[in-house]
Amino acid sequence: MHLDHSHHHTPAVSADAHRPDGSRRALRVGLGGPVGSGKTATVAALCRALRDELSLAVVTNDIYTREDAEFLLREAVLPPERITAVETGACPHTAIRDDISANLEAVEDLEDEVGPLDLILVESGGDNLTATFSKGLVDAQIFVIDVAGGDDIPRKGGPGVTTADLLVVNKTDLAPYVGSDLARMAADAKAQRAELPVVFQSLRSEAGVADVAGWVRARLAAWRA
Amino acid sequence: MSRAALLVLADGRFPAGGHAHSGGAEAAVKAGRVTGAASLEEFCRGRLHTAGLVSAALAAAAAAGADPVSLDAAADARTPSSALRVAARKLGRQLMRAARATWPSAELDAVAREFPKGAHQPVVLGLAARAAGLGAVDAAYCSAYESVSGAASATVRLLSLDPFDATGVLARLAPELDRVADAAVEAARRVGDEGVEVLPAASAPLLEIGAEVHAAWAVRLFAS
Repeated sequence: MHLDHSHHHTPAVSADAHRPDGSRRALRVGLGGPVGSGKTATVAALCRALRDELSLAVVTNDIYTREDAEFLLREAVLPPERITAVETGACPHTAIRDDISANLEAVEDLEDEVGPLDLILVESGGDNLTATFSKGLVDAQIFVIDVAGGDDIPRKGGPGVTTADLLVVNKTDLAPYVGSDLARMAADAKAQRAELPVVFQSLRSEAGVADVAGWVRARLAAWRA
Repeated sequence: MSRAALLVLADGRFPAGGHAHSGGAEAAVKAGRVTGAASLEEFCRGRLHTAGLVSAALAAAAAAGADPVSLDAAADARTPSSALRVAARKLGRQLMRAARATWPSAELDAVAREFPKGAHQPVVLGLAARAAGLGAVDAAYCSAYESVSGAASATVRLLSLDPFDATGVLARLAPELDRVADAAVEAARRVGDEGVEVLPAASAPLLEIGAEVHAAWAVRLFAS
């Protein structure tokens, strides 16, 4: 996906596909979704799946701690200099949508400080169903929900579910235990999203994050084309 | 000048990173110094006449065309807390991005190159006002108002304070805000002949100490 915009005259705006030195910047993928749906676990799994083939970094937006950043550091999915935490002033959706300046700074500093990057994952703080990323911050966004949060979430819709470039329904292994109907979730998601893709995943299964990683690879190929 | 440009710049939704900062309110709430509307008003009054006056004068001087490098050094000298200097530069960098996108100007580009990691926010605010076609008075008002409005809206979130009470606090401070803006503009006017030394250097030790304590917390809602 290529960001179309009208700011070529001013390098101040970071939707620009190129860095100030003229090189192409990293693809930025946002991951949003409700608290506890598995955003950080998905980011960690993506890092493990992609780190040997790509140069990547992560920005976390914790609501009031550095928990997510520290989880990624503890799991050692990436070297510490490739993980940055942004503080969001009690409003995670503001930092990824209405006022993206701190996040833009973070992605730019990562590219400046750890060298050329292929991919930056920007993880939102856990939020509600209306949280989406600004197109000035990311090139594509993934919305992560889980089966235990209620199988009516795809039917309820909201900007995250209906407009995200990829919808991930996580923790499918829990469906039998919480009485969630995966077929119904799939049908509701289809109704809300038409042709936009949906992935059902369980990070505890053998396939793990493979489908999402494949989607990211395809995005990256399109970004570079 | 365009009065409407002032509304754009002063709008709390202007995307320049301020929403993640509490202006010292989070530290003051935790320390029990701000517990409701009355103590919020005293806190904001203190901020307005100290940090607010200093930042308004810096902004006014920058808007009037004083040298940004000297003003930035003057801001450093007036900010004892290292945590506050870091926060001011972060916010300055974020405001610079928003200002350059909103009111493209060669002057802003030059200062952005001079300070790749950010100049002090009030200096950038003055330059942004200048790029928007505004004057020293506008910049002073913007900066003085920001010095209290950010703390008030942060306190709404921190204490679940009634938002009408918080807005009432700001309205009651308006006459004092007028006087602070006047004093800031008067000081800025003298900078041309007498140098940045004439800028006010009012200080609020508790804000400085609170900022240092706050920066060391492991768990917090706001960046400063």
